Amino acid sequence: MKRSSTAKNGSKLKQDKKIVLALYRKMVLIREFEMKAKEIFHSGKMPGFIHIYVGEEAVAAGVCAQLHQDDYVASTHRGHGHALAKGVAPRDAMAELMGVVTGCSGGRGGTMHLYDPEVGFLGSNGVVPPGILIAAGAGLSAQLRGTSQVAVAFFGDGGSNNGAFHEGLNLAAAWDLPVVFVCENNFYATEMPFSETTKNTNVASRAKAYGIPGIQVDGNDVMAVYEKAGEAIQRAREGGGPTLIECVTYRWFGHHAGDPGVSYRTKEEVAEWKERDPIGKLRNDSIAARLATETDFQRIDEEIKDVIEESADFALASPLEADSTALDHVFYSPAE
Amino acid sequence: MPQKNINSTSSTASSTADQRVITYAQAGVEGVREEMLRNPDIFYIGQGIGPRGGNFQQSRGLWQEFGQARVRDTPIAERAQAGFGVGAALAGSHPIVDIVFMDFTLEAMGEIVQQASTIHYISNGRFKVPLMVRAAGGGIRSTGPHHSHTFWSFFAHIPGLKVVVPSTPYDVKGLIKTALRDENPIMFLEHKGLYGTKGHVPEEEYLIPFGEANVIRSGEDVTVVTLGKMVQRSLDAAEELQRNGISAEVIDLRTLVPLDKEAILKSITKTGRLVVVDEAYASCGISAEVAAIVAFEAIDQLDAPVVRICTLPTPHSFSPSTDSYLVPSVVRIVAEVSDLMKKKI
Ligand SMILES: Cc1ncc(C[n+]2csc(CCOP(=O)(O)OP(=O)(O)O)c2C)c(N)n1
Ligand SMILES: [Mg+2]
Repeated sequence: MKRSSTAKNGSKLKQDKKIVLALYRKMVLIREFEMKAKEIFHSGKMPGFIHIYVGEEAVAAGVCAQLHQDDYVASTHRGHGHALAKGVAPRDAMAELMGVVTGCSGGRGGTMHLYDPEVGFLGSNGVVPPGILIAAGAGLSAQLRGTSQVAVAFFGDGGSNNGAFHEGLNLAAAWDLPVVFVCENNFYATEMPFSETTKNTNVASRAKAYGIPGIQVDGNDVMAVYEKAGEAIQRAREGGGPTLIECVTYRWFGHHAGDPGVSYRTKEEVAEWKERDPIGKLRNDSIAARLATETDFQRIDEEIKDVIEESADFALASPLEADSTALDHVFYSPAE
Repeated sequence: MPQKNINSTSSTASSTADQRVITYAQAGVEGVREEMLRNPDIFYIGQGIGPRGGNFQQSRGLWQEFGQARVRDTPIAERAQAGFGVGAALAGSHPIVDIVFMDFTLEAMGEIVQQASTIHYISNGRFKVPLMVRAAGGGIRSTGPHHSHTFWSFFAHIPGLKVVVPSTPYDVKGLIKTALRDENPIMFLEHKGLYGTKGHVPEEEYLIPFGEANVIRSGEDVTVVTLGKMVQRSLDAAEELQRNGISAEVIDLRTLVPLDKEAILKSITKTGRLVVVDEAYASCGISAEVAAIVAFEAIDQLDAPVVRICTLPTPHSFSPSTDSYLVPSVVRIVAEVSDLMKKKI
């Protein structure tokens, strides 16, 4: 796989201004959320450890903009972006990262276990990559219930080498389930280059083995992701079965917030990908195409800054769960 | 009233002249069928459970009645079966995932233990996971090291999973129906060697609540706590012991989670002696758990040390002689209980 695969699936930016600004807003929301989370983490106030999504915002934003509220997403350890893009409220997510009672999982799940039934968010995940199976199962449920809901699984290049990928794609394909499998290929699984663990590094090409469409798209071009995801989601919704989409992208920071991410990657490589900032690209392309103005974007930047400040204040001011409720919810009981 | 054979009658059913008798496998089918008719969210997936009706006839006729959408054969992909089950449960369905052989639950362990059991708790109660994993364990006729395991203790170790181990056709029907009305992840662990056994099963609907052990034979001298296929062996041993003047009370746990501590403690208070008979290994098993509960809560009631009669700690042997030597036999139960009666603390 070449690391400059923009051209083939490059977008034409014919979309209207509303879509451009909505995608921009989502990407900036994710970026600013992650930068704030990183800041709080390094201040020592955040428990646990977090996997930062900065650099990959176009994937979550582009895919989820094509989903309805009652569609499903199953996500990964690097899942804040997916949660926000699917509609989890930033303050609920930030509070969950802090492990406080106001979080979307009451502080019990944390960064890798964000859940929100209201928006069909079936969890970020501490394991790599059962979200593939969970999304397919949600798709199976939709098929059985006769709804037009679609489920999306996000997973990494590392996840694509796990057995769940094979079991999940094969069976979802065999049953024509309404699922879209989105691989975020950022070239590394922790410090391990994908090319060292993988003979065929073209993830999209594996779709052929399962008899489903597979496409590779520039994961830093949000309009391209939006367009390709739209086609796949539409196909799934209409009973056309699953699609595998490989989004080629890059994480700017280390594997987790405590990893500088430099020992196994060259400075040049990181710099080159920062040049290809998905947010900057949408901004520049849209201005050049006269779809939006600098002022439009600045207004959104300001808005998001406030949202993030408010979310952080909310999370930092919230209390931890009381010991007295720590044993609740081991089992569901109808009285709940 | 001591009962000779649990499979020809049941302690909880009334005994009329024209009692309907069906197999353990048929009782399971009947329970599943009734619940599938009642609840359209229930569907059933597994290997060979469709047109073929299951390796052990445990799903016979369901595919023909409910069709391909709700009763689906899967590829040999236990992890996908369990993972799809979790996802479908989160989305509002109620899946039955039949792994068929308990041994192969290992292939799906991450999905069951890391996902299914945790999500209700870690989502702070926002999601529930109504999922029944069905699997049959135990050795029959030299099924060998990869087809004989009885892993119930693994699952009973995990908060968030309920674990059911039925021993009679009557219990299979009543417990499987309860399992399918319980919106938690349930491990429904049957026994391959029991599928063909027969017993009275009422045609009408009944539910057996979880957490209620069955005092299947009452006795005065020693309490035998057991489960699964070992229930019948313990009853046979109790008959033999009776002839030697030893009166054994036999308790069938029926569910490991929740565990009916009260029934065990009540019996110990009466008999003062505890034996646990389990086809699983002793080490870290349910036998250890039962012994620990009695040690913590009723040690002053014990007149003698606790005895555990379990499968000996080796892989399951194919050799017919060795196989029957390793698994608790009636002879071994009789011998060990007789020995215990001579001991005192
Ligand atoms: C089953 C399992 N094995 C190992 C890990 C440890 N682990 C967490 S993230 C990760 C790398 C994942 O890489 P990739 O799928 O490419 O996602 P990325 O981090 O690049 O977004 C590993 C090995 C895990 N969480 N689960
Ligand atoms: Mg990666």
